[in-house]
Amino acid sequence: MRDALTLRGNHALLTRANPLAKFAVVFLITLVLALSIDWVSATTALVAELALFPLAGLTLRLLWQRGWPLVIAAALGGWSTAIVAADSGAVLLNVGIWSISEGSLRLGIGFMLRGLAIALPAILLMTCTDPTDLADALAQKARLPHRFVLGTLAAMRLVGLMAEEWQTIGMARRARGVGSQGSPLQRLRATLGQSFGLLVQAIRRASRLAITMEARGFGTGQRTWARESTYSPLDAWVLVGGVLIAAAAVVAAAGMGTWNFVWR
Amino acid sequence: MTASDAGASGVRPAAVSARGWGWRHAGRSSPAVHGLDLDIAPGERVLLLGPSGAGKSTLLHALAGVLGDEGDDADETGSLLIDGVVPRGQRGRSGLMQQDPETQVVLSRLGDDVAFGAENLAVPRDEIWRRVHEALDDVGLRSPDGGLPLDHPTSALSGGQKQRLALAGILAMRPGLILLDEPTANLDPAGVLEVRDAVDRCLDKTGATLVVVEHRVSVWKDVVDRIVVLQPGSAAGSGSTPAVLLDGPPDQVLFEARDMLIGAGVWVPGYVPATRRRMSAGSGDLLLAAEDLAVSRERPRRRGFRTVPPVPVRSGITAQVRSGQALTVTGPNGAGKSTFALTLAGLLAPVAGKVSAAVGLSEGAGIDPFTWKANQLISRIGTVFQEPEHQFVTGRVLDELMFGPRHLGHGEERVDELLERLRLTHLVDANPYTLSGGEKRRLSVATVLAARPRVLVLDEPTFGQDANTWAELASFLSELLDAGTSVVSVTHDQEFSAVLGGAELRLGPAARGGARQEAGAA
Repeated sequence: MRDALTLRGNHALLTRANPLAKFAVVFLITLVLALSIDWVSATTALVAELALFPLAGLTLRLLWQRGWPLVIAAALGGWSTAIVAADSGAVLLNVGIWSISEGSLRLGIGFMLRGLAIALPAILLMTCTDPTDLADALAQKARLPHRFVLGTLAAMRLVGLMAEEWQTIGMARRARGVGSQGSPLQRLRATLGQSFGLLVQAIRRASRLAITMEARGFGTGQRTWARESTYSPLDAWVLVGGVLIAAAAVVAAAGMGTWNFVWR
Repeated sequence: MTASDAGASGVRPAAVSARGWGWRHAGRSSPAVHGLDLDIAPGERVLLLGPSGAGKSTLLHALAGVLGDEGDDADETGSLLIDGVVPRGQRGRSGLMQQDPETQVVLSRLGDDVAFGAENLAVPRDEIWRRVHEALDDVGLRSPDGGLPLDHPTSALSGGQKQRLALAGILAMRPGLILLDEPTANLDPAGVLEVRDAVDRCLDKTGATLVVVEHRVSVWKDVVDRIVVLQPGSAAGSGSTPAVLLDGPPDQVLFEARDMLIGAGVWVPGYVPATRRRMSAGSGDLLLAAEDLAVSRERPRRRGFRTVPPVPVRSGITAQVRSGQALTVTGPNGAGKSTFALTLAGLLAPVAGKVSAAVGLSEGAGIDPFTWKANQLISRIGTVFQEPEHQFVTGRVLDELMFGPRHLGHGEERVDELLERLRLTHLVDANPYTLSGGEKRRLSVATVLAARPRVLVLDEPTFGQDANTWAELASFLSELLDAGTSVVSVTHDQEFSAVLGGAELRLGPAARGGARQEAGAA
C-alpha cells in the first residue's frame, strides 16, 4: 500500500510527461469510449493502449498483478451482458432461462472490451505518475488551492499507515479476547469496535501531522515551490497521441458502421 | 527572514520571555500552565523537566505558534514572547519536533520533505535546494561519500532516521529556536544517540536556542546548559508557588533536586529505581516452543490466481518458553523482534517452521496457538502491545478489566486485586483513553492479566515510561514470574531484563539470511 505511493525505479518515457497532460488524455479517451457501445471503437483504443505499455513502464504481468480485479470485473460484465441481453441472430447456447445468441454475444464482447479500454488509461496514468508530481501540477498549473492539494497529499501517506494500524489493532484486540468468531452479529460488533479503535488512532495521528505541518509554516500566505511543474514538448506529443487514439476509435467504428451512441 | 540579517549560518538565535503566562485548554477546568515566569537568552540550551501534567508540551506548542486554534473556550493569561513578539505571527522563527516519528514526515520523498518548511516560508527555489543539501549533510542523512538519494522514500526510514529527517526539515527553515517534545521517546538506544548527536552538532553549528522536553535526563544532560523544572499548572494555579520549581545549571539542579526528581519519576543519571528481587528460579516446565520459525507481518498475497507467501523478516528462530522463567528478545530495529513475539503469542501465522504449545499450556486446545479461539488464547497466552490504546475495548477502566473474565465466565474476583496492586482503584470510572501514559501502561498489563494467562508476552513495555512506572512494572513482573508465570519481553532495556533474569534471545541484524538464532543463558 505504502509502496504504491512512489514510482519505485520506473524511468519510462511517460513518467517525464506533465501529469496534467496525461490527465487530460485519460479524460478524453474515457469520454469518447463512454459515448458508444460497440466492439470496433473499444478494440481500436485497446490495441493503441496496449502499444503504450512500454512507454509507461507497464507490462502485462504488472497489469495482472495490480489490476486483476478490474480485468475479472470486465470479463464478468461481458459474460453477464451476453446472457442477459435480448437475443438476436442465431442462438449459440441455451441453458434454461440463460441463452446466448450471436447478437447478445457481440454485445457482451463489446462490453468487456469497453470496460478494459476505459480502465486501462487510468491504470497507465497511475503507473507512470508520482502522486507528488501530480500534486505539484494540480497546485501550480491547474491553480487548485495549495492548502487542499498538499493537505490531501500528506493525508495519503497516513492512509497507508492506517492499513498497517488496522492489522495491529486487529491482533491487539484478539489478544484481549475479541475474536472474529461467533455469530454474524458478534462479528459485526467486533468489526465496529476495531473501526472505532482505528478512528481514534487516525484522529490522533492526523492532528499530530497537522501540528507538524503548521509548525513548518504551512497554511496561510504565499509559498514557493521547490519543484517547478513544467510543460515540455513531450506533453504536446502526449496530447497529440491522445487525440489520435480517440479519433482512430471513432473513425474506425464509423467506417465499419458499428458506432452507436449510447442514448439512441 | 532572509539570510542577510543573520550570522554566517543564516540563523539568528531567538530569545524567549514569559511573564505570568498561563494557558487553559478548551474544555478543561484547570490550566495546563499557570503563572510562568521564564527568560531564555539567545543560544541557550534548556532541558525542561516536570511530572506529567506540568504543561511542558503546552509550552512547546505555544512557542511553536501552533496553540490557539481551539476557539474562544481556551484561555490565555500573561504574555509569552519570542524576541518580544507573540509566537503565532512568526512563521519559521521556531521549529518543533514531536514524539511520534511517523507524524514528523510530511512528504514521501526525502528531499521534498526537507524542502516543505522552506517552501512554506516562500524561500526562493535555488536557495531551498542549497538548504536541503546542507540540512541533510548536517543531520548525517547525506554525506560527501554517499548517503541517501533525494528521492529516497521516506517510508523506508527507521525511527531514528525519520527524526533526523524532521530535524533537517526544521533546519532548512533556519529557525532561531528549536523545540523538541520527547524526540527520542519512541526510539531504540541507537536511535536515541543518533538523534541526540545530530541535534548537538546542528546547535554547535547554528547557535540556535534549544528547549527540549524529555524525562531521560542522562541523554540530554551534556547537551544542555540549563535545566528548568516545572510543576503542574493546577498546583501552581491554586497556591502562591511559582510554575518554575527549580532553574539552574544541570549539575546544580540534579544535585539540589535529586530526591524530588526521583519522586516525580524523572530518570536521573546514575539512578536505577529499586525493584523487587527474584526469589525462585521457576519450575522450568516447557510451555511453548518455537522451532526453526520464519516470521513476517505480511499475509500471503494474491497475485492474480497465485498466492505468494511473504518474504520473512527473520527466519530460523528457535526458542523455548518455560514456566517461571523470563525470555528477553533483543536485537536492533528491524530484526523482527516484535514480529517474532506476535507469532509466538499466536497472533500471526508462521511463514515457516512452527510454534507448539506443550500439553501443560494447551490443555486440550491444540498444539498451534494461532488456531486457538480468542477465548482459548487469552487464558493461555496474554500479549501486551507497545501502544496501550490499541488494546482498549470499552469506555471505562472497570469494564476494561472485567472484559476478559466476563467472556471466560470466571475470574472476576481477581479484578479487585489487580486494581489494588497496579494502583488503578481511584480510576475505575475513568475513560481509558483519558489516562496518563503510565496509567495506560498499568491498565493494559492488568487487563491482559485478568484472564490469568500462563505466558505473558510484552512488546517494549518500558518505552517512554517514567522511572516510577518502570519500577512498579518490573517488580510486578518479577512477582508474577515467581508465581510460575512465564514472561517473554521484547525490549532494549537492559536494566529491565536484568530484573527479570532468565534467557536472552538475540535476533541479529536484519540481513535476509536466516542464520540460526539460539536462546542462550543471559
